[in-house]
Amino acid sequence: MSSPTSPRSGTEPGRRALFGGLLTLALAPPAGATPEAMAEAIALFTGGATPELSAAITLDIPSLVENGNTVPVTIAVDSPMTEAAHVRAIALFNQRNPQPQVIEARLGPWSGAARISTRARLADSQRLTAVAALSDGRFLLAEAEVVVTLAACLEG
Amino acid sequence: MARTLIRVPATATRGEVIEIRTLIQHPMETGYRPDAAGRLLVRDIITRFTCHFDNRLVFEAMLHSAIAANPYLTFTLRAEASGVLAFAWDGDHDFRHVETRALTVT
Amino acid sequence: MSPWRRQGWLPLLALLLGAAGPRSGFETMTPELQAMQRDDAGNPGMLSVLEGEALFAREGCAACHAAAALRGVAARYPAHDAARGGPIDLAGRIAECREQRAGRPPLPRESQPMLALQSFVAHQSRGLPITPDPRLAEARAEGERLFRERRGQLNLSCAQCHETLAGGRLAGANIPEGHPNGYPLYRLEWQALGSLQRRLRGCFTGVRAEPLAPGSPAALALEAYLFGRAAGLPIETPAVRP
Repeated sequence: MSSPTSPRSGTEPGRRALFGGLLTLALAPPAGATPEAMAEAIALFTGGATPELSAAITLDIPSLVENGNTVPVTIAVDSPMTEAAHVRAIALFNQRNPQPQVIEARLGPWSGAARISTRARLADSQRLTAVAALSDGRFLLAEAEVVVTLAACLEG
Repeated sequence: MARTLIRVPATATRGEVIEIRTLIQHPMETGYRPDAAGRLLVRDIITRFTCHFDNRLVFEAMLHSAIAANPYLTFTLRAEASGVLAFAWDGDHDFRHVETRALTVT
Repeated sequence: MSPWRRQGWLPLLALLLGAAGPRSGFETMTPELQAMQRDDAGNPGMLSVLEGEALFAREGCAACHAAAALRGVAARYPAHDAARGGPIDLAGRIAECREQRAGRPPLPRESQPMLALQSFVAHQSRGLPITPDPRLAEARAEGERLFRERRGQLNLSCAQCHETLAGGRLAGANIPEGHPNGYPLYRLEWQALGSLQRRLRGCFTGVRAEPLAPGSPAALALEAYLFGRAAGLPIETPAVRP
């Protein structure tokens, strides 16, 4: 993995753990995601720290989806996004896909807000976990259960 | 060549937090799907997205097979000065697509 | 105040009116998918519209047709074609125009460039009501016969699901009325934009019947009937469906 120019050169707490985690994830062989594999992937992201369940992070995803191929998801963290107190990274994990990672995003005080949206693939009904890495070294967690209804008229 | 849809506000006031929205044409073949003959189709995904503002990295995302085909991604940026936003998508089999957009801050 | 009072009678009125006419598959989608379709910056089908726009200029279509003049065209197709003495659909017209007037090599019906051109042309009519060609009465009658005919190993007709059982559910999925007003559309199941013919092929193989050959008289008749029964529904291209 190449090392991009960082907008800020300081070493925030936990930064090494985060980068090391991403590198390890990139090299790990694919394995079916399980609750254990997800916990392991989260531990790699947090450098072993335990994330706190917090109302400051929201994981917005429909609870019932008609097709798991494209599921809109938004993760937001209530943060002042200042140099002193900001969100460094946001990641999303799942329990039942072939691999536990969905996305890891890095941001900083220049982001102004801590909010990302994307569209995920969900192989099955399952619990998703969003984790935010804060500049003070803490990690926040939010969870959501999603029911994927089976497509009735599949082709082929 | 991949088509993209990028939404950046044409203008922003200094200090305003803007939302940037991106969509790119890409199959995001997971690597876990068999073809008609039962062989796994080779993984072909975008693995990394970056946004630079005047050559400074302001957003980065690592994507996995669990991101839907035609990846959609939105994020925010505090507009401090006029400049150029450069978006890059990198992926398997040397996939690379770059787009730029001007941001005018008043 | 109860939510019912606050909303008043409008939703009920809309429901009654909706029940009286054809109902687009859009109506029964989740709010998230409706939002995805409505939002031009997030609708993945718009990538094909953009590609079609570029092709339209590059392949010489724009030399004869101003994009603005295409508004309304898709809402009138399939149309009567004097030379064929029968219906021609939008894909057929684009193919014919490309090959005979622009002198371009033929494009397969479901190739990416063909779908892109078709989605660009149909997108110009977005929001306009489908107005069936009155000269296609005969083709529509044949199409209706096909729609009501039981077929395949499951011995089901189109009408059994998309008329009698429409609005109900099959496993976890809504059964739509099966209208053609959003094609070419982005189907999450396909993870791509696809044609009405592709959707019909899926239906036919779903009941284990031999699919109709795209562009064949039978396929065109069924298409003419589907557009006829969807009269008045707005074109939604590029629609999003699960």
